[in-house]
Amino acid sequence: MLAFIIRRLAQSVLVMLFVALIAFVIFRYVGDPITSMVGVETRLEDQEIMRDRLGLNDPVVVQFARFIGNALQGEFGISYRLQQPVTELILSRLPATLELAVASALIALVFGVVLGVFTALRPKSFLTAGIMAASLVGVSLPTFLIGIGLIYVFAVELGWLPSFGRGEVVDLGWWRTGLLTESGLKSLILPAITLSLFQLTLIMRLVRAEMLEVLRTEYIRFARARGLSQRAINFGHALKNTMVPVITITGLQLGSVIAFAIVTETVFQWPGVGSLFITSVQVVDVPVMAAYLMFIALVFVLINLIVDILYYVVDPRLRVDGGAGN
Amino acid sequence: MTEPLLSVRGLTVEFPTRHGILTAVEDITLDIMPGEVLGMVGESGAGKSMTGNAIIGLIEPPGRIARGEIWLKGRRIDNLPPEEMRAIRGRRIGMIFQDPLTSLNPLFRISDQLVETIRTQLPMSQDAARKRAIQLLDDVGIPDAARRIDDYPHQFSGGMRQRVVIALALCAEPDLVIADEPTTALDVSVQAQIIDVMKQLCAERGAAILLVTHDMGVIAETADRVAVMYAGRIAEIGPVRDVIKNARHPYTEGLMGAIPRLGENLERLQQIPGAMPRLSAIPKGCAFNPRCPKVLDRCRSHRPALSPTEPGRQVACWLYDGVTEA
Repeated sequence: MLAFIIRRLAQSVLVMLFVALIAFVIFRYVGDPITSMVGVETRLEDQEIMRDRLGLNDPVVVQFARFIGNALQGEFGISYRLQQPVTELILSRLPATLELAVASALIALVFGVVLGVFTALRPKSFLTAGIMAASLVGVSLPTFLIGIGLIYVFAVELGWLPSFGRGEVVDLGWWRTGLLTESGLKSLILPAITLSLFQLTLIMRLVRAEMLEVLRTEYIRFARARGLSQRAINFGHALKNTMVPVITITGLQLGSVIAFAIVTETVFQWPGVGSLFITSVQVVDVPVMAAYLMFIALVFVLINLIVDILYYVVDPRLRVDGGAGN
Repeated sequence: MTEPLLSVRGLTVEFPTRHGILTAVEDITLDIMPGEVLGMVGESGAGKSMTGNAIIGLIEPPGRIARGEIWLKGRRIDNLPPEEMRAIRGRRIGMIFQDPLTSLNPLFRISDQLVETIRTQLPMSQDAARKRAIQLLDDVGIPDAARRIDDYPHQFSGGMRQRVVIALALCAEPDLVIADEPTTALDVSVQAQIIDVMKQLCAERGAAILLVTHDMGVIAETADRVAVMYAGRIAEIGPVRDVIKNARHPYTEGLMGAIPRLGENLERLQQIPGAMPRLSAIPKGCAFNPRCPKVLDRCRSHRPALSPTEPGRQVACWLYDGVTEA
């Protein structure tokens, strides 16, 4: 187990180094950092002095090493646009994105698994046919369209829910949460549903396919032949075996939910990392872009690592160290 | 004469398909006495396993019992509601599957699978069920059962896993055990051990066995009586010694002739020319007529019924007196 985790950690570090290289290249070579930082009226000699002081004349390898060193301490420079440290900026926007992502991942997981199991166990019901047809819509409609549609129905026509923003937030010192106020919770509903819909249908279809597959296996037939109850077979034996691939996909999808919250955040004016990234791209705020890239990569790597470990917990066959198996 | 434990009368299993109805098993009639071992041999697709599945009520849809009756200890069981049939499975009729590598759920400990099955069938506490499970593993010859019980299936070898499967099938001391090719997937070296364990345990508990196999050697050593199946029907049924030494049906003769014997120096192995017909193209008359060396005109147009020819023996072949038309 330990050796496995260490090996995966080493791989993760390699991936992060590679992403760091890309981030560094963007940071260093997309436009001239000095020109972006100073005004037009700064003299060329002063620019040279600055360039020298910031180490931009050092060999590339040294600069890269310094970039990594800074990144490890959470330093990604100053945002050109907002003149604030990038790390602070991202951290201040992070709670909004994480709350949105976790909420929508939960919606997707709960409804996805429930609907997937239902449609697998009742393949001939009319409800199943309806759900499967609706899921096609969920998979094929683009996120922004769903978002706009929901805003039109629930915010404009019915007026039940706010159409944009995060509502009132409560500052917990290091975390500004919208989960503690009524307006915050109300504001969360529409974006969370929008963001979850695609994942929900994906998980549902995956669970259904896996479950149908598992229900055909010999060990399920043997469980039936032993007289176990339908419930024990469906929800004990079959569901656990279904969950192995579902965990992987769901885990990886959580990464994309965070990364691709961009569209949803833009539609709903959600003050998260995604909308920060979009505005940064519009004004070529390179340090923010580079840091965002690193951040998303870190999220993916961490989630992958957790998924691998979960795999290990769920499936005993991967625990190769134990047992004789002659 | 004692009452038969299991009595099958005119059992017919059909599969509706797009190209018409396929008859997998047709007009099977047989009895199994308490404690008796009835062998069932035949080529792949002869309907042996389907007969076993029909008896335990596990035919996969769209397959269905079209005609016939199955009686267990004087109670008709082929038309029971699903919940009542479930109560019979495992408790009255146990089943051993072909491939021990796939008939155990890989994600559950052996102890979990045993205890769950025992507690489903018998009113027992967790602890008592666990004690019984260890005892069962000990009975089927798993060394160090108390320690191995918490292992996962993949930590056992194929032969050991089949022992576990036998333990699972015998959990609640059923009256009848259906063993569907219990040794086919195993190494030749452990086949005899598994058969011995199965036979001995069933004998101790007074359980009858329906032993489905294509291995004539296993039948010869294990069974009291044997039913030879061809293209979904019983060709011949009788005491093992009589059938082997003095086969009546030309198909049985061919089967016996095809068994190579030690000491015989054959250039080629004996075989029955041709192949068993597909279910969609069963010939008119006796299904064996295109391959039969002793074919009569009558065989091509009229189907012989399984009829008694001498005490304890029944044959479906026009070569013998007293055979009626099906």
